[in-house]
Amino acid sequence: MAYTLTVNGSAHTVDTEPSTPLLWVLRDLLDLVGTKYGCGVAQCGACTVHLDGVPVRACVTPVSRVGTKAVTTIEGIAANPVGAKVQEAWKSLDVPQCGYCQAGQIMSATALLVATPKPTDAQIDAAMDGNLCRCATYPRIRKAIKSASGQAEA
Amino acid sequence: MNAPVLSRRLFLASSTAVGGGLLLSFDIGSEAQAAGRATLSAYLKVSPDGKATIASKIPEVGQGMRTALPMIIAEELDVAWEDVVVEQALADTKVYGRQVAGGSMATTLEWDGMRRVGAAGRWMLIQAAAGRLNVPSSELSTQPGRVVHASGRELSYGELAQAAAAIAPPDPKTLTLKDPKAFRIIGKSHVQTDNEAIVTGKPLFGIDVRLPGMVYATFLKAPTYAAKVAAADLAAAKAVKGVREAFVVEGGAALDGLLPGVAVVADSWWAARRGRNALEVTWADHPTSAQSTASLAAKAAEFAKGPPQRTARADGDVPAALKGAAKIVEAAYDYPFIAHAPLEPQNCTAHVKDGKVEIWAPTQNPEPGRALVAKTLNVPPENVTIHLIRCGGGFGRRLVNDYMVEAAFIASKVDAPVQLIWTREDDIQHDFYRPGGWHNFTAGLDAKGDLVAWRDHFVSFGEGETFVRSGGMNSSQFPAGAVANYQHDVSVMPLGIPTGPLRAPGNNAFGFVIQSFTDEVALAAKTDPVEFRRKLLGQPRLIGPPDQNDSFHTGRMRGVLDLVAEKSGWGRKLPKGSGLGVACHFSHLGYVAVVMEVSVAEGKVKVEKAWVAADVGRQIINPTGADHQVQGSILDAIGSTLHQKITFENGAAVESNFGDFPLLRMSEAPPIEVHYLLSDNRPTGLGEPVLPPAPAALCNAIFAATGKRIRSLPVGDQLA
Ligand code: FES
Ligand code: FES
Repeated sequence: MAYTLTVNGSAHTVDTEPSTPLLWVLRDLLDLVGTKYGCGVAQCGACTVHLDGVPVRACVTPVSRVGTKAVTTIEGIAANPVGAKVQEAWKSLDVPQCGYCQAGQIMSATALLVATPKPTDAQIDAAMDGNLCRCATYPRIRKAIKSASGQAEA
Repeated sequence: MNAPVLSRRLFLASSTAVGGGLLLSFDIGSEAQAAGRATLSAYLKVSPDGKATIASKIPEVGQGMRTALPMIIAEELDVAWEDVVVEQALADTKVYGRQVAGGSMATTLEWDGMRRVGAAGRWMLIQAAAGRLNVPSSELSTQPGRVVHASGRELSYGELAQAAAAIAPPDPKTLTLKDPKAFRIIGKSHVQTDNEAIVTGKPLFGIDVRLPGMVYATFLKAPTYAAKVAAADLAAAKAVKGVREAFVVEGGAALDGLLPGVAVVADSWWAARRGRNALEVTWADHPTSAQSTASLAAKAAEFAKGPPQRTARADGDVPAALKGAAKIVEAAYDYPFIAHAPLEPQNCTAHVKDGKVEIWAPTQNPEPGRALVAKTLNVPPENVTIHLIRCGGGFGRRLVNDYMVEAAFIASKVDAPVQLIWTREDDIQHDFYRPGGWHNFTAGLDAKGDLVAWRDHFVSFGEGETFVRSGGMNSSQFPAGAVANYQHDVSVMPLGIPTGPLRAPGNNAFGFVIQSFTDEVALAAKTDPVEFRRKLLGQPRLIGPPDQNDSFHTGRMRGVLDLVAEKSGWGRKLPKGSGLGVACHFSHLGYVAVVMEVSVAEGKVKVEKAWVAADVGRQIINPTGADHQVQGSILDAIGSTLHQKITFENGAAVESNFGDFPLLRMSEAPPIEVHYLLSDNRPTGLGEPVLPPAPAALCNAIFAATGKRIRSLPVGDQLA
């Protein structure tokens, strides 16, 4: 089946099975490898992308369900001013260790801050709990979200 | 009480860099290692534009060494950090010659050597300036990036780089190093060099490698380790759109080699995955097919009842001391197998062409991988090129190169570069696990409540006196040497499950059992747990010979114990259901004490806060990276202590993904207060020693909060 997807603002047509997860369309067919595979079953958040601004797990999102929704990946998140701010905070507060989970973290954090510009700790926990970090950079992630939202860390 | 200087040697060689300037190649290791090496393993380049490029082929797995080591060199070279370029040397054998194993460039071993590399570069630039200005070098000094004469005349490093290339490197031993008080770079936080690429999603990791004409592979192995393929119907897999090939891999019996299985190769990974799902494979019976967690535990319980197979250490007379003791404390502890689960699943890209093998591997340890690939594919090792790729987490998992040989073997059957990616299920079910173990403790107290006897009957896996990988225990674990009567007994049983090192191997379990049991003994002695440990540590002294890695200094441990007690407000009253727990443990040359505060409600543990005091010598090189390692280790330990276990049934792992093998999540991560105790000792590593005391601090806090002693990990639903 042919599908035309809007990814980071440009249209791409791919020919694949309807059930192919968006994750593998991005990685193997469109060569956008910033979105990561961690578990394949919506348990880790490494594959988080936005569909019309809403964070979804690309590993369990069949390409046939994307439709006309705009797909945003880590490669395109800087176009969103909140996303750019989040990336800046991530760099300057030195959030990554191995870095593998961080694309997904940034996508979830950006969606959180767009919806909730000044999140509380509980709101951060709720929004970020689906994003695993094996290196356990959670204290820095929290700090970076606060910093990007203009709140000082308590 | 300065630790002796390491007997490792630094090798230096200078030449003109491609494009001009000074190229200073260096290597640290034994003479035998460096002998016959055409090129050295790392280099420092000073270019005519004044930039200092530092390259090493040491794999980066998130430990931050690619930032910390260049910082040390840049400090002594005396350049501004902004002028430092850290090159990602992808272990191109054409440039670097044979690769050294990962992990050899840890802080402990390289601190002195890296300083001397930088100082050697600075010395050569000064000599070049002396020639140019026609003044004695004693009248010259440096400011970042330039050599300055007493008269005020100066030359930039860039201007001097070419002339410095002609100067022979100095004997590293003769160099004067900077006074640490003058450090400009070391001791200040520097963010990771790859941050920009990470936050923008640039291709960095193994699964991001892309080669022209590349195809993708999956590899299905038997759930029971090393079981052979009895029958395989490949037709349905081959019928999946995009699948190019599916074939049986004969494989061998060695658990860390190429195992039997079925490979599926396709145009995309998803097609390969679908092809694999369509396979019909019957696996042959295997001698370990009946092995299970229950059968291993039953055997361990048998051992616990009887005499040990052997006594590894016996100080004094434990049986007699126990007979005369006023009080005896006994407890049996155990911990499960656990998986490493780095977030990036195992993967490797390989291309086999005309007898040559080219590999792109996220590995911590490429050399054994090269040997394994050469042997399995029957090619000379020099025909195997390995490009090192940043690892999405290691934790010790990528010290074993099973996925590398799989990729190479599959690629040898396919006329294209092949990228093998494991599923998460493959990763959890085919790990080299931290082995489980059992410790049967007996302690004796005299009438004053002092410890007079300690016995640990350790039940593990192996044969005779040989343990399975990472299943061994040294006999120098504290309180060895601090109690007159000490006995370390050992019994082992055979095992058919792959095991290997996990962050702080061995110690990640010993810290839990020893420091938990110490708490029980303290309570039996009616002594506060911190006070009891102070008494046990006694006078500051070194236990063991002065130049041995497992020699233990009681004064350094006392220092961190006192510091963590003070910072955590040890002894303060907490509401019902809350508690503080303490533990301290020595490993990897680091002394670490941890206090945790927990609250327990409705059977659920919440860690409210953790305090850490660590003594890893006189200098923290990169504070942001150091804090990362400390906090990451504590959280790693909380996750595994509360949640993680791998169970086996029918010779195979039961858990398969993050649903049943949970990692710690954001909401479970407490604030962590980190304190470094700077002692007058050489700097040592921080990636591992913080983890071992944490599980016991947590479980001792659970006891303080609930009265329930956790003697078996994980905590799981034991409090329900
Ligand atoms: S890969 Fe999608 S949630 Fe883990
Ligand atoms: S930084 Fe390594 S998994 Fe998050």
